[in-house]
Amino acid sequence: MNNYLDFEQSIAELEAKIEALRYASKDSDININDEIKRLKAKSRKLTQSVFASLTSWQVSQLARHPQRPYTLDYIERVFSEFEELHGDRLFADDPAIIGGLARLDGRSVVVIGHQKGRDTREKVERNFGMPRPEGYRKALRLMQMAERFDLPIVTLIDTPGAYPGVGAEERGQSAAIARNLYVMAALKTPIISVVIGEGGSGGALAIGLCDRLLMLQYATYSVISPEGCASILWKSADKADIAAEAMGITAARLKRLGLIDEVISEPLGGAHRDIGAMAETLGNALVSAVNDLRDASPETLVSKRTARLMQFGEFEER
Amino acid sequence: MNWFDKLLPPKIKSGAQRKTVPEGLWKKCPACAAVLYSAEIESNLAVCPKCQHHMRVGARKRLDIFLDAEPRQEIGADLRPLDILKFRDSKKYKDRLADAQKKCGEHDALVVIQGQLKGLPLVTGAFEFAFMGGSMGSVVGERFVRAVNACVEQNIPLVCFTASGGARMQEALYSLMQMAKTSAALTRMGERGVPFISVLTDPTMGGVSASFAMLGDVIIAEPKALIGFAGPRVIEQTVRETLPEGFQRSEFLLEHGAIDMIVDRRAMRDTVASLLSMITAKSLALVEGQTALAAAARSPKLKN
Repeated sequence: MNNYLDFEQSIAELEAKIEALRYASKDSDININDEIKRLKAKSRKLTQSVFASLTSWQVSQLARHPQRPYTLDYIERVFSEFEELHGDRLFADDPAIIGGLARLDGRSVVVIGHQKGRDTREKVERNFGMPRPEGYRKALRLMQMAERFDLPIVTLIDTPGAYPGVGAEERGQSAAIARNLYVMAALKTPIISVVIGEGGSGGALAIGLCDRLLMLQYATYSVISPEGCASILWKSADKADIAAEAMGITAARLKRLGLIDEVISEPLGGAHRDIGAMAETLGNALVSAVNDLRDASPETLVSKRTARLMQFGEFEER
Repeated sequence: MNWFDKLLPPKIKSGAQRKTVPEGLWKKCPACAAVLYSAEIESNLAVCPKCQHHMRVGARKRLDIFLDAEPRQEIGADLRPLDILKFRDSKKYKDRLADAQKKCGEHDALVVIQGQLKGLPLVTGAFEFAFMGGSMGSVVGERFVRAVNACVEQNIPLVCFTASGGARMQEALYSLMQMAKTSAALTRMGERGVPFISVLTDPTMGGVSASFAMLGDVIIAEPKALIGFAGPRVIEQTVRETLPEGFQRSEFLLEHGAIDMIVDRRAMRDTVASLLSMITAKSLALVEGQTALAAAARSPKLKN
């Protein structure tokens, strides 16, 4: 059963009609297959037209769709082996970030990603994908291990942001994020990051400093959530749609601005409509990114990464 | 004019004419509400003489009280912010920038000056909190990087006084990327053994605290400064409980091992100078050594 968003209501109604016809055809001799076929084509067309002109806010809802594939869904499908590794060796294991050794197209990599929960219990356990400092420190430990053993790093980004909690502050949320940026800037191994859902600010960037930044078509990446931005600048979270548009948080816009390297197309209707196809496209993109980067010497890699970071910013000089 | 006013001699007449005390002569301490003589606050480096509250000071003032009077050279002064996204909330970003520039006399929220501290050459940056909450956009990031580059080129230390609400929303993802940019610059500086002292002042939050501010070789905070990742209101809304007294203040951070020390503003010059003279002992010797070598290399030429 698909879960439809507000702006997909016309598609949902059509799909419901198709379902009803299918159900009816089981009990009758009249052949309505042609009718179903016709309606399915119509539904496809309608979906295409709805998805051809999504607003930033609608994309933002897709990025947080309850059925959207999460890190583990991709790990299962994109990598042929995966051994999850736990803990930061300092305080705890943070289930909001997972990581471990994996095999991508036959070659070993370290994969790290934010992990959201599917049902209520898991959502709470995963803290809605909002990491605490120990999550970032675990990620850092695994990345340093990757460097030690010369393994490329793949990070999958999908978080509303770093957790704003008392304990997180006590244990140095800021310092943990900052340390990751500091170390990642000079890691002598390729880092490829993909925003697969929500790229929520510093909490996303803390595992997203990279050589190649990819984004799924309906993922978002922003400095603050549209609601957060709206409630500060418009004094009302209801203006989230306007804030989303103003900030330019979609893959297409960020690509035009030169802030990301590549947009990975999603299946019609979004990644959740065909997880298998999405995983395949993502896998191919990852393999080609790893192939692109693997021959560079560590020195070249790091100096190119630094140069790439240094050109971020728009200003004039008088 | 009513009959009563007509009866009064001109001197007792109320209103604007009776203004004998110039405005701004007296100031109220925001912490203890003591009414203080402005000149007294000024001479006390904007620290309340009654309760020792450290009031916020602007970037220029900060640099002025920290650095030696001479020499001083500004870095990145020609950089100007751009409204690349044509961002508009209740006001255009362009207009917000113009307002802030008019109000503060600065073009953006970070001012960088190369100068000396008790004769020791260094580069010092200071945030202007009055400029859009000291928020970090492309110009702040670029000025910070240029400060780092100047330090690396000359092998001199960097000191930065932060006062910032975090990233600048109006520059959206560009501002987020400044976190990566500034941190990566520090990585290069660290590899070359050039020291960075980060001084956190009230407030240092969000993207600024989660990047270069927390990457000092030594991290100092002024007393009772608010320092953290998420703002206290956001945390309160998330955890739905009242936060403990002193939460996210300098003393709390010291207790939790996040910073090295808390230093009174009036002792800042002495403390930083002492730290730098010890931390740069090796590199200073190196610089002197190089100077001696260079002199030696030049001397045969001179003889010829």
